[in-house]
Amino acid sequence: MSLRKFITSKTTAALAVLLTVFANTSAFAQEAAASAAAAPKVDMGEVYKSVIFYTLIFLAVCVFIAIIGKAIKVYELSREAQGKPIGINWNGVHASLFALFLVLGLYGVYWEYTVHGSMLLPDAASEHGKKIDEMFNLTLIITTIVFIATHILLFGFAYIYKYSAKRKAYYYPHNNTIEKIWTIVPALVLTVLVLMGFLTWRSIFFKVEDPNNKPLQIEVTSEQFKWSIRYPGADGIVGKKNYKLTTASNTLGIDFKDLNSRDDEMADEMVIPVGKPVKLILNSKDVIHSFYMPHFRVQLNTVPGMQTIFEFTPTKTTRQMQEETNDPNFKFLFYCAKICGSGHYNMQKDVRVVSEAEYKTWIAEQKTYLNDDLRKQFNLPVAPAPAKPAAEGDSSATDSAAVKGNQMALNK
Amino acid sequence: MSTIALHDEHNHDHADHGHHKETLISKYIFSMDHKMIAKQFLITGIIMAVIAMGLSILFRIQLAWPDQNFPFLETFLGKWAEGGRIKPDFYLALVTIHGTIMVFFVLTAGLSGTFSNLLIPLQIGARDMASPFLNMLSYWFFFMACVIMMSSFFIQTGPASGGWTVYPPLSVVAKAMPGSGMGMTLWLISMVLFVASSLMGGINYVSTILNMRTKGMDLWKMPLTIWAFFLTAILGILSFPVLVAGVVLMVFDRSFGTSFYLSDIVLGTDILPNEGGSPILWQHLFWFLGHPEVYIVIMPALGISSEVISVNSRKPIFGYHAMVYSLIGITVLSFIVWGHHMFVTGMNPLLGGVFMITTLIIAVPSAVKTFNYLATLWRGNIRFTPAMLFAIGLVSFFISGGLTGIFLGNASLDINLHDTYFVVAHFHLVMGSAAIFGMLAGVYHWFPRMFGRMMNAKLGYLHFWLTFIAAYLVFFPLHFLGLDGVPRRYYAFTEFEFMKKWLTVNVFVTWAAIMAALAQVAFLFNFFYSIFKGKKAPQNPWESNTLEWTAPVEHIHGNWPGEIPTVYRWPYDYSKPGHDVDFIPQTVPFSQTMSSNLPHDFEGNAEAEKIQQDWELANPVKENN
Repeated sequence: MSLRKFITSKTTAALAVLLTVFANTSAFAQEAAASAAAAPKVDMGEVYKSVIFYTLIFLAVCVFIAIIGKAIKVYELSREAQGKPIGINWNGVHASLFALFLVLGLYGVYWEYTVHGSMLLPDAASEHGKKIDEMFNLTLIITTIVFIATHILLFGFAYIYKYSAKRKAYYYPHNNTIEKIWTIVPALVLTVLVLMGFLTWRSIFFKVEDPNNKPLQIEVTSEQFKWSIRYPGADGIVGKKNYKLTTASNTLGIDFKDLNSRDDEMADEMVIPVGKPVKLILNSKDVIHSFYMPHFRVQLNTVPGMQTIFEFTPTKTTRQMQEETNDPNFKFLFYCAKICGSGHYNMQKDVRVVSEAEYKTWIAEQKTYLNDDLRKQFNLPVAPAPAKPAAEGDSSATDSAAVKGNQMALNK
Repeated sequence: MSTIALHDEHNHDHADHGHHKETLISKYIFSMDHKMIAKQFLITGIIMAVIAMGLSILFRIQLAWPDQNFPFLETFLGKWAEGGRIKPDFYLALVTIHGTIMVFFVLTAGLSGTFSNLLIPLQIGARDMASPFLNMLSYWFFFMACVIMMSSFFIQTGPASGGWTVYPPLSVVAKAMPGSGMGMTLWLISMVLFVASSLMGGINYVSTILNMRTKGMDLWKMPLTIWAFFLTAILGILSFPVLVAGVVLMVFDRSFGTSFYLSDIVLGTDILPNEGGSPILWQHLFWFLGHPEVYIVIMPALGISSEVISVNSRKPIFGYHAMVYSLIGITVLSFIVWGHHMFVTGMNPLLGGVFMITTLIIAVPSAVKTFNYLATLWRGNIRFTPAMLFAIGLVSFFISGGLTGIFLGNASLDINLHDTYFVVAHFHLVMGSAAIFGMLAGVYHWFPRMFGRMMNAKLGYLHFWLTFIAAYLVFFPLHFLGLDGVPRRYYAFTEFEFMKKWLTVNVFVTWAAIMAALAQVAFLFNFFYSIFKGKKAPQNPWESNTLEWTAPVEHIHGNWPGEIPTVYRWPYDYSKPGHDVDFIPQTVPFSQTMSSNLPHDFEGNAEAEKIQQDWELANPVKENN
């Protein structure tokens, strides 16, 4: 009897609440529709309707859940009224749900690994990238094993050891041996990973320069929201910059008093020869950006007031990658990975890895940063023979002259 | 001695309190009672969580449907979403404020503030906090911080939008983005107030735990919750001031023309006069707090789940000492790992190597904790209360998110993963979801203690399963975006050919996020409804051992009428063989549980051991039980 009273009072209350909610939302809808129709010309009625539509769906779901809840309650109360034991064994339900979650979850993980796992970056296209990939795979294997094993234990225990009034839990406050084991084993595994990581890290950032294979210097300067690339020109050295020299015509603030700057070339894309080390000299004009070139496993922030340097060796040409990935439109890219403002999401440049010969042809076609305007600004003689300023250079004369010779030969 | 003295004083106090007149203001608003302050923290935290979750849904909508218009967005956001499309600047503001609110206001103040305030006095047996007035100030500073942070939505240039880490120069140079104007100023003011709040809270927690434990409550008899809150408070006290230092320097850079973080900056052709600073300095100062901060977030959650798992497995927590030592290990190590956020920021690579080593070491205590949770569940008698479900969910998230930390902590792997969606997935699992689950476990578990009523269990079940599944659906796929080189904080994936394949995943993730958000309605309804209409709570609804369940259900000033109970044993005597029920509260002396006492219970007290031996000789039958 009390049961019936309980149901009626609660359900009527719930119904009343729902009714008012419905009434309110529809009232709002009408109001909104009215105002939308009155003020602007845009027909927003449709969309308001759709928002209301989703709200109504949600409310309907709530009602549905409330009905199920009530039904369960009625069932349990009636069991109680009849003097039978509790209606639903919730502990059993959750235990089974955990077991189900484990099975479906494992399948989901497998699905993710195979489906989304096949949509990832292709294998590294740089020397150090291969080492990074190897270590990634090792870490992935170890963590996946631990991930699956611990989850089987977690949800398995939840399933097996669900509550039973007949059983008492096993009083097992500690076991020092076990604890030592599971302190030392992770420590050992991590030691291996740390050592590998540490050595790889050192091999990336502490390179010993090979005098016979000097890296190609390329300077990349970031600003909101674009990149500027500067090639060193014939002398192989990127010249000095001074931010105070920045003008509309000299946007990077290159100091052309420095002889190394005069032959520096600008480029719209980054073209690099395969198999040759490249030394990226990174810098930023305004805020911090991040030079991110994922195919080569290269990332380093560009920081105003500071040079950051990353050296890597590309191992695959763009054409090779197009064949490997079976995608004729494949291209290497670098883009910004550090929040830098509204254009952060679109700050990219193409990278082309080519053969040495192709590179030489390409680089010969690039214009120098120094132009007649800038010559005037820096009081340099206007329009001299392009080779002169560098040829006047003092120290690295022989070296650069030889390179120049090649360059000239190629030009012809 | 000191404890006894305190006792007397408090008893005195208590007698006097009968004559105080409690007004509405002194009881509900400027309350100095730790239980009321805990509720204030909790409800403010919940409101902030709902706001931050709403913000995340807004930017998830943008990510899923970058080329569609949603006129209702314009209705809410006005010119920030002109034509029903969120603008890039406002997108970044959403991301920034979502992060700031979640990390600081929800998972630090909402979690630590609530449960430290509620549980420290109740679980160690104290009448209130060491300094109730400071405690009240702590809440009101937090409240002001929240209000100021939210007020930045009502200024023309919008809220701070340089990411929750507010790296300079982006956040310092007002011309770099609209959010770096007034919005950033408000962010900084809000943060200073927040740090002041958490320092007042932290100092209070530490002094209360050290000085005001009841008779018999030595450090090794404290529940793991208290250990976690204690170490969290120490972390906060030592690391938050560094953030203030950084913030003050930033205020100077922004407003008084100094150059702590700025040098060599040219905006277009506009050369700024600042010279000699370094943006890296901010990152060091920020992460010196920032990394301990993530442990400030997760440690209370781990403490809560230790307690909840033990109670509901009806088993002592496995390796109580190991749990404490691993917390201490995490506390100490967390101060020397901040550099792993900076591997590719241009910091000296030598430091990168060092920070990698310290970072991966911190995985060891974390692993120990995980294994101990599993061992606690093993051969337990598990009751799946809503709190227990959330605690199990926490363990799962802690594992999933913790393991990806091994990738990111490895400097070499971090090169390609830094600032990608892999990071987003990692910290949302290990810090976001795990800590939120810890908080929810705590709410479900201690709701009866807070409000004297029970929450509806079935709605709790629904809430758990929807949230648990949705959280995995949201964050698991995001790892793969990161592995494909998709950077975080991108307004749209439309400008890159290779990102287009992830658009469908984005739609899926957004729907999962909406499902997770709607699932919280079940919680919110349950929470607020049960405050007023929930079933009346019994004295000890979960049959728990800890002290808070010995205090009367009706809240009284001073927590216990008469004397504070004395503690005789550790808090984890569940299912002790030889005892008739499966729990023995901390207040039960060993003399009343002769049938279940174990030799090591007496901690080498020869006299007690002798008494026990005599008793066992006299009662040989009980042994067979």
